[in-house]
Amino acid sequence: MARRKRNTNENPFVKYTLILLVFIIFFLLLFLPLAMIFTTALRDGAKVYLDAITDSDALSAIRLTLTATVAAVALNTLFGLAAAWAVTKFRFRGKNLLTALIDLPFSVSPVIAGLIFILLFGSSGLFGGFLQSHAIRIVFAVPGIVLATIFVTFPFVARELIPLMQEQGSDEEEAARLLGASTFKTFMKITLPNIKLGLFYGIVLCSARAIGEFGAVSVVSGHIRGMTNTMPLHIEILYNEYRFTAAFAVSTLLALTAIVTLIAKRLIENRQGGAE
Amino acid sequence: MSRNGVIGGFGLSMGYTLLYLSLIVIIPLSTILLSAMSMSWSDFIATVLDKRALLSYKVTLLASLAAAAVNLFIGFLTAWVLTRYDFYGKSIINAAVDLPFALPTAVAGITLTALYAENGWVGSILAKYGIKVVFTQTGITLALIFITFPFVVRAVQPALEELEAELEEAAESLGASKFQTLTKVILPLISPSLITGFALAFARGLGEYGSVIFISGNMPFKTEITPLLIITKLEQFNYAAANALALVTLLTAFAVLFLLGMLKKYIRREL
Repeated sequence: MARRKRNTNENPFVKYTLILLVFIIFFLLLFLPLAMIFTTALRDGAKVYLDAITDSDALSAIRLTLTATVAAVALNTLFGLAAAWAVTKFRFRGKNLLTALIDLPFSVSPVIAGLIFILLFGSSGLFGGFLQSHAIRIVFAVPGIVLATIFVTFPFVARELIPLMQEQGSDEEEAARLLGASTFKTFMKITLPNIKLGLFYGIVLCSARAIGEFGAVSVVSGHIRGMTNTMPLHIEILYNEYRFTAAFAVSTLLALTAIVTLIAKRLIENRQGGAE
Repeated sequence: MSRNGVIGGFGLSMGYTLLYLSLIVIIPLSTILLSAMSMSWSDFIATVLDKRALLSYKVTLLASLAAAAVNLFIGFLTAWVLTRYDFYGKSIINAAVDLPFALPTAVAGITLTALYAENGWVGSILAKYGIKVVFTQTGITLALIFITFPFVVRAVQPALEELEAELEEAAESLGASKFQTLTKVILPLISPSLITGFALAFARGLGEYGSVIFISGNMPFKTEITPLLIITKLEQFNYAAANALALVTLLTAFAVLFLLGMLKKYIRREL
């Protein structure tokens, strides 16, 4: 990023006014909400805070959120690797269409992401009769929550890996293959070490979204307390019951996750910048 | 690119990609279209042109458009300051730009509501001047400004970084004022990235749910967004209506992305 300085006149008054404006935007739009979460969560003391996040409904919400996140991240990572390999190592027709389809879930409203699984697996849905006769529950149960989470986080890993692997090219892989390494070995020893930062970044983004997903999960969950409530849904229930301190206490866990995500993102970007 | 076929695994990776894509995205999404087709045309029209539905489109479209427009300005300003100037705290602000993407939407929703409620930190100040935010169209717009803030910043930042210093120096040495350089040289050159950021913010706003429903108050005909109306229909077991409204929402988002993508292509060709 060592850019040449522009040889143009810069009015210092304009410069500092603009910087000040950005600080105001930062303060109002980004800092105040974060401060609000933590002060509201702690306003009734540490005991109330700890009770709220160790309450049995909160703990089961945390467990379900982690289950759905692990499942979604694992499956979408496997997919991301396969899709990036197929898209960047080979030539075929319809590649642009394929990458557009991979990005598709980003332009679908979360509410619709939930709705499609109700239309498929709900009691009056396409497969509803079949599922009912075999006593399999998907919507208003954990599998529906996992499916909805997978859908909304679908593109994250693939989207990080495809441009990265495209930029890196295939020369190293071709050399390894010509020297006699198997495709699997080439992938493990050449490709994976080359893409590990990008892969990690994709996983971080995918996890952050999976943990926080609300709309899609809200539609398929049925809001069964202690059973099908994820952390964001638990927060909604507490809030609607006017238990604000508890709602914000659970929110701090998600806000901390968000802050960790932002720090991880910076660290990865710095390392990538340094490697160039 | 491997044309000589030294690299293997095409069949496996491609097969898995297509299978997983079909099972998770294509087949589930196509049910929206398929189930909508099982509705009669007159029922479909009556559902999507119902007065409550029409007013929900109005609320959703206006708020998304206003939020995307506001972000066009403050997003450009933020990107400009972050790429042009060095100052204390810059890296923190740069990292914090992505907060709205990292913070779960429900948390954003209850937090903004608490901040802007009449007894909240900001809401109590605004209330003195008779400005009400929570449970109004302004509140919905505010939530969308927050949630879509990173789009324009992150789209414009790389474009501003790539801008060549020579162009501005040339403009200035030929006698252009700072303002002329900005409007005649810089803005046209980065306009494709501005459009990208605007389009992503606008489309995201159309479908946003979690951050909006707490601050909007959800009064039918007044502050009810279309995604919420879809959920209301679902809770009444009116699957056909939910499906029809979902199709409208989906097609609107696609149309926004498509049309602004065309506009971007056109501008790129003119440059």
